Amino acid sequence: MGNHAVKTTAPVAVDMSWLETPASTARLSFRGNAAAIAAASTAFGVPLPTEACRAATVGTRSALWLGPDEYLLIAPESERLAIIQGFVRDLAAHPHSLVDVSHRQNALIVKGPHAVWLLESGCPLDLDLSRFPVGMCTRTLFEKSEITLWRTGTDTFHLEVWRSFMEYVTALLTETAHELPA
Amino acid sequence: MSTFRTTKGGRVDRAHPLQFTFDGKAYVGFAGDTLASALLANGVHLMGRSFKYHRPRGIVGAGSEEPNALITVIRDAARRTPNLRATQIELYDGLVAESQNRWPSLQFDAGAVAGWLSPLLPAGFYNKTFMWPRAAWHALYEPNIRAAAGLGIAPSLPDPDHYAQRFAHCDVLVVGSGPAGLAAAKTAAASGARVILCDEQPAFGGSLLDDRNATVNGQAASAWMADTLAALAKNPRVRLLSRTTAFGYFPHNLIGLSERITDHLAELPSGMPRERLWQVRAREVVIAAGAIERPLVFPGNDRPGVLLASAARTYANRYGVLVGRRAVLVTGCDAGYEAALDLMAGGAHIELIADVRPPGYVAGPAEKAARAAGLRVEQQSTVLGTQGTLRVSGVKIASVDASGQISRGRSYDCDVVLMSGGYTPSVHLHSQSRGKLVFDDSLGAFIPGKPAEHSHSAGAANGVQGLTALLRDGATAGANAAAAAGFTASAIMHTGVALDGTMAGVPGVLSQPTVLPPAKAFVDFQNDVTTRDLALAQREGFESVEHIKRYTTTGMATDQGKTSNLNALAFIAEQSNRRIPEVGLTTFRMPYTPTTFGIFAGHARGDLFDPVRKTPSHDWTVARGGVFEDVGMWKRTRYFPQAGEDMKAAMDRECRAVRHAVGMFDASTLGKIEVVGKDAATFLNRFYINNWSTLGVGRSRYGILLRDDGFVYDDGVIARLAEDRFHVTTTTGGAARVFAMMEDYLQTEWTELSVWITSTTEQWSVVAVQGPRSREVLQTLVSDLDISAEAMPHMSVANGTIAGAPMMLFRVSFSGELGFEVNVPARHGTAVWEAIYNAGKPFGIAPYGTEAMHVLRAEKGYIIVGQDTDGTMTPDDAAVAWAIGKTKPDFIGKRALERPAMKRLDRKQLVGLLTVDPQTVLEEGAQVVATAGQTVPMTMIGHITSSYYSAALKRSIALGVVAGGRALVGQTLYVPMPGRDIAVVVTSPVFYDPKGERING
Amino acid sequence: MLIIHCPYCGDRPELEFSHGGQAQVVRPADPSKATDAEWTQFLYLRKNTRGLFAERWRHLRGCGRFFNAIRDTTTDQFVVTYRAGEQPPAIGSGGAL
Repeated sequence: MGNHAVKTTAPVAVDMSWLETPASTARLSFRGNAAAIAAASTAFGVPLPTEACRAATVGTRSALWLGPDEYLLIAPESERLAIIQGFVRDLAAHPHSLVDVSHRQNALIVKGPHAVWLLESGCPLDLDLSRFPVGMCTRTLFEKSEITLWRTGTDTFHLEVWRSFMEYVTALLTETAHELPA
Repeated sequence: MSTFRTTKGGRVDRAHPLQFTFDGKAYVGFAGDTLASALLANGVHLMGRSFKYHRPRGIVGAGSEEPNALITVIRDAARRTPNLRATQIELYDGLVAESQNRWPSLQFDAGAVAGWLSPLLPAGFYNKTFMWPRAAWHALYEPNIRAAAGLGIAPSLPDPDHYAQRFAHCDVLVVGSGPAGLAAAKTAAASGARVILCDEQPAFGGSLLDDRNATVNGQAASAWMADTLAALAKNPRVRLLSRTTAFGYFPHNLIGLSERITDHLAELPSGMPRERLWQVRAREVVIAAGAIERPLVFPGNDRPGVLLASAARTYANRYGVLVGRRAVLVTGCDAGYEAALDLMAGGAHIELIADVRPPGYVAGPAEKAARAAGLRVEQQSTVLGTQGTLRVSGVKIASVDASGQISRGRSYDCDVVLMSGGYTPSVHLHSQSRGKLVFDDSLGAFIPGKPAEHSHSAGAANGVQGLTALLRDGATAGANAAAAAGFTASAIMHTGVALDGTMAGVPGVLSQPTVLPPAKAFVDFQNDVTTRDLALAQREGFESVEHIKRYTTTGMATDQGKTSNLNALAFIAEQSNRRIPEVGLTTFRMPYTPTTFGIFAGHARGDLFDPVRKTPSHDWTVARGGVFEDVGMWKRTRYFPQAGEDMKAAMDRECRAVRHAVGMFDASTLGKIEVVGKDAATFLNRFYINNWSTLGVGRSRYGILLRDDGFVYDDGVIARLAEDRFHVTTTTGGAARVFAMMEDYLQTEWTELSVWITSTTEQWSVVAVQGPRSREVLQTLVSDLDISAEAMPHMSVANGTIAGAPMMLFRVSFSGELGFEVNVPARHGTAVWEAIYNAGKPFGIAPYGTEAMHVLRAEKGYIIVGQDTDGTMTPDDAAVAWAIGKTKPDFIGKRALERPAMKRLDRKQLVGLLTVDPQTVLEEGAQVVATAGQTVPMTMIGHITSSYYSAALKRSIALGVVAGGRALVGQTLYVPMPGRDIAVVVTSPVFYDPKGERING
Repeated sequence: MLIIHCPYCGDRPELEFSHGGQAQVVRPADPSKATDAEWTQFLYLRKNTRGLFAERWRHLRGCGRFFNAIRDTTTDQFVVTYRAGEQPPAIGSGGAL
């Protein structure tokens, strides 16, 4: 069958404008009971959402609900030590856990009119605005990688991906970007 | 150019001719043709040879139901797709197609000898004949049977295309875009619902594409269709998917769609996937999948040129192709008459219409129209046979009188025989969703009963007939679906005008003078199943339709009985004096039409098969030629070969460096869990076997974890960072399951504890620095921490700075030498790895991999959970019972250890095994026996778990588990291998530095 | 792929969950007092119910919580899900649970 040749159109450059990799930030995993959550809101300066799967942002700091006793706190790297010290000071009376996970994961921003299309290639959740509104966040899956998905705008998603899974997630999204109209 | 193309009409683009070849011969078709329509336009009906008898076969249908015309399409050596239906292959310029299952050619096929031998090839022939000798089945019979009776040949090269997958969600998924589907989608979309409309064909419209004269709301159907689709396309809540087959209905309204993206293109668009799998979660599904016309069963009904009446309509009206110039229509269904009218309109001569229905039926609108057009109709007819070799040239029609007597019949010359046995609603998806089916006597077919999922069958798939009724049924289903999904919807009604031939027919076999005529009457074309086969199966005692299916193969293979099932059921029913619903139905299996394996693999191949998890030293190692191994999803370095070294030379050198100077090892993959809370020590006391209350801050201890069955599950070093904070390490493979087990106990058993856990596996990059000179290396890099033997004893932990990075330093050893593990936040990992390497050079540092690590730990008798343990070993079996906190009231697994069986002295215990010949390295997994010279079955008393050549000891070493092994120290046992028994002496599992002095440097 | 109602996060795809076996298997408070028979019952013996079955799930790739569900093992339809520690709602199950 060697006499048959496949005709293929010339390769086109893949539009990568949907992808953004922000600078590293401080990330703290906070876990505790209701009283500790209330105290943490004061210490962190952001009211930790009690509604499931919601994020709250004040200024440069954000608190993401990941579970009923678990939050991901995001802040500028320069504020990391001060935040940890603040929790030690303000939450002494409230049993809790605060663990620095700044280096455990990195962020990926997927944005633009095709953001949902790109994410739907690997994420099994319904990302329609009516079901996954701006401000919603949750752990979920992107193909075989766990991710934390946070919708920060109508067309903007913030992904938190564990270090060693980032290459995989980025490569899959890029594969799917090939399907976008040039 | 072609003799059978009409002068006008159809939806092909006559301004765009396309070149293609079939079996090497060049032809021309038009854009918009299928391979089938283009070949028919060129007068080619012969397109394949049958599965078993190699009979010449032509086109039967015009869509996915086609059983005969299975074709291989070839783009290159790797892109060679067999078993495609010619009726679904869209023509492109340069298309190369080949017929299948014939040699040397389609016109003369040597395999057709099977047809002459066919009396010897009844149902079950293979099962009965090729029984003995047993060994010949695999070696001789099966390969030859498969070669003779085959479908197309699968390509042997890897698939160069890629396949995409995606998830989608909608309120209403509409499957099928005929009148019912379009009306459903229109109504559902108007309610504001999110709608997906899919159709397996390139164009939307379903049966409307095949109708010359239909109108909707006074508009030509084609114009109404175009307007409706344009409005749907403009709606951002609607997604239109053509060339997309709903192939499976999965639980909770998950529908699998297979979208074909590039197969119809002459040029493959760069980067685009060939196909796309859609996993659609629909709140409601409208199944508007239409209905499929049935063939009639009569002798010689498989001759090329004998085809479905509806297919002839499709070819005439959609493609502008006449399937013949002189046609005989044999019909048991009013709608069949429409084909005669359409062919006549296209210029063909209708020789005769033979109506096979029994007397007493009411003439339908299509029959009336045909009679009004002056066509000759013979009622109460039957077909006694057909003539012709590679193409039908005549058909013998007889009449059946009131008493069932059949006349001698007469032959009619023709070049095509159209047959219509009535329509079978496509209930596949409904049935796959576990919805029940009910038999509709007036239609003579099964229709959907009560749905089991959130689905609504509509239109012809629901047994509905007539254009207005189809539109109404679709709109109603669309409204019901949208309402069930939470929208306010009202059905948008239309009035359709069409000839509206009725769909009821006569399932089963046409009357013959003898029940089983001498010539073959095929029930299932694709599997070459005749009435004789079905009758034989019943004579041999097969009653269940599922058994008959498997014995005769009726309803199997690529078409899954789309055209044959009901006829087979009707014949079985008649033969066994049962009604069709009493015979029952075989399962409607997915996929509806064959799918590629590619869509299920999706992107999961090559580098994207799984996440490839890399440690911070990865790129550095790659640059130095390091060799990796997969540990779970992780890439770990096995060894770092230097020029000219093989694996053994490299690992011997790496081991020597650790024993005599210093080595460095990337231990980042170890699982890490931070356990925090005022009850952290209490939790760990209950969780691990050890006592953690006595562990001071800044100290660490080797922990063992059991499950409640008492068997070793994981291990690792656990450090106390503060009164209420522990850093737990796990095995690389155990990280996730230990974390999940901790959550389970915290959430569901010990909810009173104030403890939380956080995975920090990827927060920390870990470099193990091991060897007598390890402290000296680190002292050159660490200035803010005293790491002397006095300040930092074995199993201590301290914080400091290394190469500018914050560091958590463990004094710990998995090599038996003085050692440290440097933990730094992961983004500093690469820099710190390089800093340690550079600082270590003057001390002779060697990076080492997992191979050397294994030898070093085995020399010390340190176990690897999962290698030296296998899920049936207690701490005592694994020689780590010393770690049990004896005073604790409970820990996971403690109670199980009290069971008598766990205390038996003959349990398999971990021991060292030294070969009498020091150069013999045992095979891991080899069995251990007590005496030499045993014959199979031997009495096995243990097995080898770890075995290496130890450079330090200049001999082989092995760990193994042996029944009552610790009592056998000093005795000789044997490891039987092919041709010899290897003598081994039982020893302590600690081979090197048994007093443990080197750990102190 | 089933849809499972997480009592915290709502309806989510089965991909995000791990199955946790039969629900309401209570670990003896003081295992040392359990007889071998009682321990065997706790450790190894599970129901294999045809019909309504109380089982544990964990929203592993979500909020991480273990919870309980009652599922019809013949149809895969969930009757209800509820948080760990909560009592199952009364269901006319004929003692299948």
